[in-house]
Amino acid sequence: MSLYVRIPFALAALASAAAIAPAHAQQAPIKIGIVSFLTGPAASPFGIPGRNGAEIVLEAFNAGKAPAPFDKVGFGGTKLEAKYVDEAGSVQNVVTEFRNLVQRDQVDAVVGYISSGSCLAVAPVADELKALTVFYDCGTPRIFEEKARSYVFRVSPHATMDGVGAARYLVAKKKNLTSFSGINQNYAWGQDSWRDFAGAMKVLAPKATADKVLFPKLFAGEYGAEISTLLTSKSQAVHTSFWNGDLESFTYQQSARGLDKRMTIIMTTGEAGMWRMRDKLPDGTIIGGRGANGPLARDTDINKWFHQIYMDRYNTPPTYPAYQMAQSLLGLKLAYEKAKKGDAKPTTDEIAAAFKGIEFTGPAGHVKMALGNGHQGITETAYGTYKFNKQKNMPEIVDIMRFPAECVNPPAGIDADKWIADGMKGAKC
Amino acid sequence: MLTAFAILTDGLVYAAYLFIVAIGLTLIFGVMKILNVTHGSFYAFGAYGAATAVGIYANADWPAALGFLFMITLAMLVGLIMGIILERGLLRLVYGKDEVVIVLVTYATFLILEDVIVLIWGAQSYAAYQPMVAAGSIEIGDLVLSNYDILLVAIAVVLAALAYWALKYTRQGRLLTTVIFDRETAAAFGINVTLVYTATFVIGAMLGALGGAVMAPKISVTLGIGVEVIVLAFAVVAIGGMGSIEGALIGALIVGICRAAAVHLAPQIELFVIYGVMALVLVARPYGLFVRAQPRKI
Repeated sequence: MSLYVRIPFALAALASAAAIAPAHAQQAPIKIGIVSFLTGPAASPFGIPGRNGAEIVLEAFNAGKAPAPFDKVGFGGTKLEAKYVDEAGSVQNVVTEFRNLVQRDQVDAVVGYISSGSCLAVAPVADELKALTVFYDCGTPRIFEEKARSYVFRVSPHATMDGVGAARYLVAKKKNLTSFSGINQNYAWGQDSWRDFAGAMKVLAPKATADKVLFPKLFAGEYGAEISTLLTSKSQAVHTSFWNGDLESFTYQQSARGLDKRMTIIMTTGEAGMWRMRDKLPDGTIIGGRGANGPLARDTDINKWFHQIYMDRYNTPPTYPAYQMAQSLLGLKLAYEKAKKGDAKPTTDEIAAAFKGIEFTGPAGHVKMALGNGHQGITETAYGTYKFNKQKNMPEIVDIMRFPAECVNPPAGIDADKWIADGMKGAKC
Repeated sequence: MLTAFAILTDGLVYAAYLFIVAIGLTLIFGVMKILNVTHGSFYAFGAYGAATAVGIYANADWPAALGFLFMITLAMLVGLIMGIILERGLLRLVYGKDEVVIVLVTYATFLILEDVIVLIWGAQSYAAYQPMVAAGSIEIGDLVLSNYDILLVAIAVVLAALAYWALKYTRQGRLLTTVIFDRETAAAFGINVTLVYTATFVIGAMLGALGGAVMAPKISVTLGIGVEVIVLAFAVVAIGGMGSIEGALIGALIVGICRAAAVHLAPQIELFVIYGVMALVLVARPYGLFVRAQPRKI
């Protein structure tokens, strides 16, 4: 049979197959908007790993290859279709793109946002449009503390956990600490991170005093004066929530001047940069990863699965933004499937109701949507000490300490800064 | 005493960085009266070019000094090519148009070049720390200084001296000064103003790329690095006077020392200091420290 004769037969066979396929295969796909920094300074450390995490997890969902209980095809048998949008630009632009996703593209849910500014701007619009929205990386506790939200969720814990966890680790490792300093970027993230860390230190090590408190401009690039200031201080530790280029620039410049030989550096987001900095990141640096993510994650089957599919595709280990994206999508999938009754597609209100207060275990550990009236997740966190393994020629985090979720997150109904200021009462360590 | 010494050294290093970045910008404005936003792109391309060069020489296991020269040469070559393409292919088409139109053209070009960086180098960041590590450090009292920072100060001093010598004591420099003083009169005397424009823009682009190249070992070479630089360079040039090279030098020193003092003594006002100084200078001398108010031609 020639090729020209075979083609019509093949097409006819395909058409027949389509006609007798199960009803659910013909359902319109569930549309998900994925928003992350795809350009600009935050793209490389956060935006792209987050986007990549979404891509492989959604592919695994569609192929029905995620581990149980996430092994149904797509969401409840209906395949998923993703639209990727760049978070770069002004806050107004971010809100416009959000509206476009919801109103023009008619997505069923939006998962995204790294900048706290984006999250604060999108949250009221999401409620106004009744659009199911899951924030995946932004850290500000204000999202659910300022106002109750109906359609907004955040599986990843907020940033208070990072500061409190860092303080607990530092105090546990340096019993005789008398003085510490901080260098953080001069915007909401840096200011809040320092406030939480310094507040927690006041509670945990009241005799230790904050010496130099530095807030260089975001993306300043040159930190000569700041490093001199720290070198001439008597601090035994310096806290930083720097990320991306700022973290790397600071690390290269301080290494050249030996700051790490004088004091311990605590990098609350260091995990996201350690695979790039490798042996340039000093041994002994205290490393956080905004939760038990990456090398700080427990060695569970679901973590091994996620790590493997990420490595297979991108040939680099997943960093914490990829974990946060995976956790967010797993939470959304569970909520959707919990809300789905029979073959009918659940409404947004039904999914939101199902999402409230759910618990599940993902690659970064057990999530409990315990805060913000069931809209804000908490997990355990972990900190460790960085070491470059010269034999294996790869970075490692050793001496890991884990802190339960209720030890480093405020109880429900109490604002994070008030909880710290009042002595972190009710913390269950 | 230690703090005073630290303020002085930190101020000088920061001033060197600002001057290296600002000299090309002020040169282009002085001759061509173009507020060149694309200067941030020259810086970024220089840094990316340097990171690429460092990657090549680190793999080739060349000596550090040779690698540093290779890094600077490659970055300036990138600046040379960009300068020629932009001046001949774009800017010459808008000469004579309103200044605002030209600023918008350079801004649009800056935005396009940000995407060109993504096309060439991708969204990931690059490291080029090897020259800084190879340079080592010296300890003075409690303070440890990076030898690479001292090298930066030396480069800035050499650049300033070269610019002074070239403008005052060479034929080409005098021709350039004539064009700066009055373009039409210079043309009437037979000076090839078009050639002077092209040469100036290309030299400015190469200086911008040089700024990126020498800073690359200290920073993470990542998307958006040109934005921060262009804002700072404008502040320095505005303080010294648009188009004045000695103004850029003094402006950089003022900003560098004031910022270092603020970081050491009152870190909460560090961000304010640079622009506070700029505002103060502009209130007293609206055209900057080294430029006098000029009568407007009708």
